[in-house]
Amino acid sequence: MPIHEKSLIRPENIKTKENLIVEGIDVSGHWSTFIESRAVTDYNEELQEEIGALPGGEFIHRCWQCGSCTNACTVHAIEPRFNPRYWIYLIRMGYESELVRDKDIIWQCVSCNKCTYACPRDVVPEGVMKATAHWLELKGYTEKSPSTIFDEEFSRQIIARGKIEDTEVLHKFLHKTKQPLMQDWLVTIGRNIAMRLPVKWGLKMMWAQVFKPKTKDWAKSRKAIEDYIIEQDAHHRHALKLDAPKSKATAHQPKLHAAE
Amino acid sequence: MVDVTDKAKKYRDVAYYPGCALEGTGNGYDVSTRAIAKELDLKLTDVKDWNCCGAMEVKNIDPKIQTYLSARVLSQAVNVNKQDVVMAPCNGCYHNLKKAEYDLAHDPKSQEVVANLSSKSGHKNYEAGQAETIHALDWLKATVGEEGLRKRTKGKLAGLKVANYYGCMYVRPRHIFPEKDKGPGSESTSKPHFMDDLLAAAGAENVEFPLKTACCGGAHTLSDSDTSTKLVLNILQAAEASGADVIATECPTCHSGLEMHQVRAEKRFGKKTNVKVMYFTQILGLALGIGPRKLGIHTNISDGMELITEKRLLP
Ligand code: SF4
Ligand code: SF4
Repeated sequence: MPIHEKSLIRPENIKTKENLIVEGIDVSGHWSTFIESRAVTDYNEELQEEIGALPGGEFIHRCWQCGSCTNACTVHAIEPRFNPRYWIYLIRMGYESELVRDKDIIWQCVSCNKCTYACPRDVVPEGVMKATAHWLELKGYTEKSPSTIFDEEFSRQIIARGKIEDTEVLHKFLHKTKQPLMQDWLVTIGRNIAMRLPVKWGLKMMWAQVFKPKTKDWAKSRKAIEDYIIEQDAHHRHALKLDAPKSKATAHQPKLHAAE
Repeated sequence: MVDVTDKAKKYRDVAYYPGCALEGTGNGYDVSTRAIAKELDLKLTDVKDWNCCGAMEVKNIDPKIQTYLSARVLSQAVNVNKQDVVMAPCNGCYHNLKKAEYDLAHDPKSQEVVANLSSKSGHKNYEAGQAETIHALDWLKATVGEEGLRKRTKGKLAGLKVANYYGCMYVRPRHIFPEKDKGPGSESTSKPHFMDDLLAAAGAENVEFPLKTACCGGAHTLSDSDTSTKLVLNILQAAEASGADVIATECPTCHSGLEMHQVRAEKRFGKKTNVKVMYFTQILGLALGIGPRKLGIHTNISDGMELITEKRLLP
């Protein structure tokens, strides 16, 4: 299957003058079409090292650009701009500005690992996607993606109590992403189940919401994990030279040790 | 290497790791797994004071914390339960425990982080090789097996057309499943067949279903719902096109994903599909003569009762 990734000439670089007369000859309209030249001067020579320093990005240097990852990719099949091979290329080239153009779709990787299965070089492209999405947030290029908000809420519960409770995850996630709880499809699902469920089940679910599931003797694990996260976060910031925290970047620090 | 008869004996008494999903949205999977165990006289002992394996989310915060969480579950099974086989029906749990096993066997950094976090948490460290993690499919395939099911069910599922859906985490990435792809008798990562085998032994007609290991978008069920709906719709439509009455699942994330986005596809995209979704343990339970309520079939979103009556699957 051919992969049409992008055209070499971007539409915004094609210029046409509506009114133009050159040496007495009227070349208005498409007679005057020309392509704006551009030279790349803003390479970030450290880009590969930066991504490689974040979890999942460790093996990016192995890539030999065969394209098997993109060819196998689940998301690529429904969103052709989603292209792991191309992004790995940009990262290895240090082409930061070009990578940032796709900042709003990179987080959409569904972690199906079809790429990892197909990759002949053990790059683990799935990990690279996560590292890249993480990098975009740390650098302040994007707000936290809905996926990150979900991951953080989910992890916060696990770290705090050792277990999660489905309805709390759903509730908090919808709240944090400013979505209504009463969405048509969720309401239908709720109604379908409620109609058939025995009362006992409803009581059980209410019980779980009040007395959240917990793992016994979890306090020490919680502390150990929280300390580890703080330590790792400092490492990542250092690798990305974010040591002097910029106001924009601090907003992205994971808040997993929130009070509970 | 354990041979087949050893496994048949060993797996009759295992540590059971239900995980968070099976205590919440995937409860029907838990109920039906326990019901089958009882029916077949297989012993399941819950892992004592277990914790979440990290699901698909914690690895995005930090993969090594996920490894630690899974390693703690294994440590509980080995040191508290004193058992060396852990059976996890949830693909997510199964996958994470397998991945932790692989990382702890191959990656010194993972060993170091896990040993460190375990000692700070005050429990024994888990070392690779102390326990074996198996899926509910491995468990049933080795214990009751196809022969046993053939005898016990007498082809009860005859006439039921099933699309077997395995999803991602049961087969990918390949390297964390060293026992798969070992030729005849072993599971395949490209064309898995353990669920097909078990259901066929109980008389079901497995349809030719090309999307066995396609992704349902489970990681982004809520955070990128449109993508998930598109992926699920594709799976549902392929199952219908292949003539299936029901999609058999073996993962709570896939199962809820298929069911939730079946409703969402109709509401948001106007695409209605009628194929039912059931855990393979629910279908096998029916074949073994267990009643649908005892298998939690009424807790599924898609109402399978009509199909069950039509195919004469009531006890
Ligand atoms: S499959 Fe692997 S080697 Fe090939 S382009 Fe993708 S990451 Fe690179
Ligand atoms: S894991 Fe992500 S990048 Fe890899 S194939 Fe799946 S969606 Fe594509």
